[in-house]
Amino acid sequence: MNEHVGLRGRAWFQALTGKNEPLTGDPGSVLASSSLLGNEASLFLCVVPNPESRFPCVRDGQVGLEEAYTLATRVREVIDEDRDKPKAEKRPIIAIVDVKSQAYGRREETAGIFLAAATSADAYASARMAGHPVISLVAGHAFSGGFLTHGYQANRILAFDDAGIVIHAMHKEAAARITRRSVAELERLGHEIAPMSYDVKDYAKLGLLYKLLHVENPLQPTAPEVETVKQALIEAIQDARAGSTDLSNRLESDAAKQTRKASIAVRTVLEAQWQKS
Amino acid sequence: MSTAEVFPAFVSRKSFIELDGRERAQSLFDQNAWTELVGPFDRAESPWLPMQGIAPQADDGCIVIKGKIGGLSAVVVSLEGAFQGGSIGEVSGAKMTAALDLATKDSEAGKKTAAVLLLETGGVRLQEANLGLAAIAEVISSILALRQHAPVITVVAGTVGCFGGMSLAAGVSSYVVMTKEARLGLNGPEVIEQESGIDEFDASDRALIWAIHGGEQRVGMGEADALVEDDAEKIASTIREYVKAGPAFEHRSQQVKLYRDRIAALDTSQQIDPMSLRQEWSSNKNSGGAR
Repeated sequence: MNEHVGLRGRAWFQALTGKNEPLTGDPGSVLASSSLLGNEASLFLCVVPNPESRFPCVRDGQVGLEEAYTLATRVREVIDEDRDKPKAEKRPIIAIVDVKSQAYGRREETAGIFLAAATSADAYASARMAGHPVISLVAGHAFSGGFLTHGYQANRILAFDDAGIVIHAMHKEAAARITRRSVAELERLGHEIAPMSYDVKDYAKLGLLYKLLHVENPLQPTAPEVETVKQALIEAIQDARAGSTDLSNRLESDAAKQTRKASIAVRTVLEAQWQKS
Repeated sequence: MSTAEVFPAFVSRKSFIELDGRERAQSLFDQNAWTELVGPFDRAESPWLPMQGIAPQADDGCIVIKGKIGGLSAVVVSLEGAFQGGSIGEVSGAKMTAALDLATKDSEAGKKTAAVLLLETGGVRLQEANLGLAAIAEVISSILALRQHAPVITVVAGTVGCFGGMSLAAGVSSYVVMTKEARLGLNGPEVIEQESGIDEFDASDRALIWAIHGGEQRVGMGEADALVEDDAEKIASTIREYVKAGPAFEHRSQQVKLYRDRIAALDTSQQIDPMSLRQEWSSNKNSGGAR
């Protein structure tokens, strides 16, 4: 796997918040900070590798039990603190995403990682539904259960556009094994079939992304690049505040109307039959 | 003496697991009080499978039926485990999300409509990879929207079980019903063995698998609500009770502090014994569970 998983996330967390340490009581794998974005305090969250984790199966940057419950805790704190604020003043939540996957471990399954992941997805979605702009910045990898736990409930998703960005349901080797194909065949299919591709430019065709951003070297953000990314995040926040709090926007873009035609058609037919039944 | 004489109730019961996805959904409704929506004759098929030389199915393995359960409005969405392992593709995912969203719309307009999800699934359909993953994110979001107004009841009966991203859908449901035969977890044993090695998880060790993922364990730990026999009538009556109960007061997936503290207390220096953990977590069960 890519040796950079987690490094890009940390680099951008640091560039955007000026901080690089977990909060007191949190595991070393979750960075959280309330920092200014423009003139507005925002909660930034990032999962990073913690080689010393007491859970062996998360040490390379996977999202496990502690990570999921910590994310949920931090997000719910902000929901509670802003409960009585008008929608326009609810704090933005920025998820910086660079996660290898969910943790593939026996300890995790025994202690119910499915519920931990659900708890984090619940917190992010609840924040969005309460009116917090929830923005994801995919700075590296966004895999499968890791992405569902951290980032995929956002109102708006931004991603860098370089070859180091991989958004997918499963890494190539495993996906090839399970679908009984060679990695070469999987790659060939990816060029023809957008949802199977490992290339972020193909992912953009699905209509799920708000914006692609370009930086020269995502591992070493420059000051002007940090400014550009901040501006893009601020625009995404404004756009999220102006839109609905559900995920309907993911079917409304021009790209979605092309690639997710079948989804849109099914919704239309189902609604018509529902009204008649 | 024959088995039927010794265990008459067991032998004469109607198994739920032996029903296919459509029959399972139908079996939950009041008599003649249901309509299937976007059924096989509408031919809402996966556009992606034929491009890969794989035969699609006319309902994409997802059955949506609307009607009355115990006299109350409800929609049942059933995944057919026999088609592509019950996996979520673009169309099957869109059907589930659309049904949940319409139930929410009706509930908000004053016509409370419960949702019952019959989940037999390995999660994302890898042939539709990113659209499957996106669909699951949307399913989770739509469950969360509906459960504020009406109950979302997940049933994992077996034998596929509920894994991958769809285990999060179970996790955010108002109530989870399981049989002893059912399994619920994020990663199935084969995936763990493949990713982390046989020392981490021996996928041929069936006793270990059910000790961790099995219905008895999940309900015993307070991570699911009801353990029901594989009996179609018993499952239907359990569903009727939950539909009648209405939305849950507090949801398990909101109980962050309880579970975070439990995780903090785990000894991770070795593998965790499932039975000991069940006893530990069930001892303060009144603070766990969905309510």
